[in-house]
Amino acid sequence: MSPHTDTPVSHTAEREAVIRNAGLAPDEDWVIVTRNIQRDYDMGGEVVHALRGVDLAIRRNEYVAIMGPSGSGKSTLMNLIGCLDTPTAGEYWLNGMLVSDMSDDELARVRNREIGFVFQTFNLLPRATALHNVELPLVYAGVPSQERKRRATQALERVQLGDRATHRPNELSGGQRQRVAIARALVNEPAILLADEPTGNLDSGTSAEIMRVFESLATEGQTVIMVTHEADIAAHAKRIVVLRDGRISSDERRDTFAQRVALAQAAH
Amino acid sequence: MSGVTPSRSASPSRKRLTDVPFLEAIRLALSQIRAQKLKSFFTLLGVTIGVMFLIAVVAVINGMGRYMEEEFAGKLMGVNTFTLRHRPYFEMHTTDEEWRSFARRPRIYLHDVEPVVKALPPDIMWAVESRDQIPVSTKDMRPRDVEAFAVDGSFFEIRNLNVASGRLIAPHEFASGAKVVVIGQDVKKRFFPTTSALGRELRIGGVPYRIIGVMEEQGSVFGLSVDKFVVGPMNSPLARLLNRRFGVIDGIILKSSSMQGMRDGMERVRQVMRGRHKLRPAQPDNFSIETTESALTFWAKIENILVMAGIVLPALGLVVGAIVIMNIMLVAVAQRTREIGIRKSLGARRRDILSQFLVEAATLSTIGAAFGILLGIGLAALVAQISPMPASVAPWSVVTAVILGAGVGIISGMYPAARAARLDPIVALRQE
Ligand SMILES: Nc1ncnc2c1ncn2[C@@H]1O[C@H](COP(=O)(O)OP(=O)(O)OP(=O)(O)O)[C@@H](O)[C@H]1O
Ligand SMILES: [Mg+2]
Repeated sequence: MSPHTDTPVSHTAEREAVIRNAGLAPDEDWVIVTRNIQRDYDMGGEVVHALRGVDLAIRRNEYVAIMGPSGSGKSTLMNLIGCLDTPTAGEYWLNGMLVSDMSDDELARVRNREIGFVFQTFNLLPRATALHNVELPLVYAGVPSQERKRRATQALERVQLGDRATHRPNELSGGQRQRVAIARALVNEPAILLADEPTGNLDSGTSAEIMRVFESLATEGQTVIMVTHEADIAAHAKRIVVLRDGRISSDERRDTFAQRVALAQAAH
Repeated sequence: MSGVTPSRSASPSRKRLTDVPFLEAIRLALSQIRAQKLKSFFTLLGVTIGVMFLIAVVAVINGMGRYMEEEFAGKLMGVNTFTLRHRPYFEMHTTDEEWRSFARRPRIYLHDVEPVVKALPPDIMWAVESRDQIPVSTKDMRPRDVEAFAVDGSFFEIRNLNVASGRLIAPHEFASGAKVVVIGQDVKKRFFPTTSALGRELRIGGVPYRIIGVMEEQGSVFGLSVDKFVVGPMNSPLARLLNRRFGVIDGIILKSSSMQGMRDGMERVRQVMRGRHKLRPAQPDNFSIETTESALTFWAKIENILVMAGIVLPALGLVVGAIVIMNIMLVAVAQRTREIGIRKSLGARRRDILSQFLVEAATLSTIGAAFGILLGIGLAALVAQISPMPASVAPWSVVTAVILGAGVGIISGMYPAARAARLDPIVALRQE
């Protein structure tokens, strides 16, 4: 076990200091707090600085879009937030827990309980039915079979796929596959829902349909962080963070003018 | 603080190997086995063949061993019995050198019998015998090879031979060398299939002998009948057909009433014969004294070699199979790296992935071992059917085979699984 679980108080204090130093309101419900988070890739001697120090704080129930040019580090940041990857340096608190020095098993648990991740390429198990795919996080959470079925069915119904439970991914359209992936991401009621270009592999009609799903989830109070290239998709979000060369270049709350500026910047 | 979930609450699930229930894991394994048919086929094949041969080979050897102890030793030698011969009857690895030295040894003679028997306590039974394969015939039947014995003393008692009909050779017939014989069941059936053999004539070396008794059925050893024999008096002309030189015999058989009596007797006979052959203390014996144990020791030597071969060869096969399985597993895991990435991204821990692969390997190996057991038992039964070798399946070989087979399957599934389970989710997800 990593030391932070033995001394939660000092880390909480540290986190609060980080929040105060960043000029954030300490009484708000910050579900994600990162401080100077970095990620280097060692490419055979040459080091690629994918993230050069990112400070980001996200409140519960926020709907955040992450934009930026290709190679700016969006996916790298998402993978770190989603605990699929570990930072080279810096701290990351998720729901008050210092994730950046957790053990393997603790990370697995965080991925299982706190995070729902939606990928551009869906990442469904090809041989499993839609229902079984959605059940997987519950399997690793140790939920008994009966309840697993019930909750997975519910999650599928939530994305209007109740009638496709027994279909395998290759029997579903792209949009349907992505909705299965969303159902899977939601089934454990995670603290945050992450999506890295969730509509990147879909046509515009299907994209709009998927965006409506995210929109309604956000309206219901789900914390959503989404990477996108498309300005009209980002326009749905209440906050737009723009990355450039591994750093945050702008971070704007929704307000028509500011958003327009952010979108203009991102389009560069 | 905001709805903080302390990660301590992860503790209860730590007690279990995995949160995935066992049946679930088996079901998953079976579907995976079905999905990766080639990998499954080779794993099954490797384990099945290894287990099958191990069981079958050990069964055959075991069968021979049991036969040796129960049938051969008892039937042909008898307990607390030892024989004096000029060279060993049961001997392995006879070099040309040894063979020549055996040939130079003085033979055992009829006149050795009296001094030998005199040196022994009166409770010891004795017999002399010469034996060889020679043809016998009747007036109207073609000759046929049988095991012919020329004997004297308590031959029938020592060998536990009883008549089914007629009588044994009487003392006065032994003394006079009467031309009478008793015959085994096979000889009776061969020459007198429908009529009684008693009082009839059997020609041995052109000389007619009168049949006075037919012996009880003995059965067979290694599928060879031991009922194909005739026994006549040592003093009859028969002896000259078996050992040309007059007075030469194959050996003296001695039976004591106890193990200790046998051991003492063997030492006394040794001293008597050393004296008769005028051996100086430094010279080795130039005769052989053998017991039932010699026969069993002889067998034990063969058996050890056979068992070694019977275990080492299939085990080698299993090791080769393991390497093949491991390679196939590595490929299988590489193909499934993305699946491992997906599972890890959804919260599977290292041990979840590991146990998934282990259950898969174990399920496959168990199925393979089960097939192997059935085929091995079948093969052993087949060998017993079509060859004279009796085969009986040894329980320990089944256990060993299953442990080996399943072990090989599990270990070869373990290594790639352990590698796969260590991957970072994002690394695994990036692979195509
Ligand atoms: N596994 C890796 N190994 C080495 N370099 C990497 C790796 N992953 C990303 N990078 C590098 O890190 C930088 C950021 O990559 P990242 O994938 O985060 O960009 P992105 O903003 O998601 O781009 P895109 O919009 O094209 O998806 C790039 O320069 C990329 O080449
Ligand atoms: Mg990206």
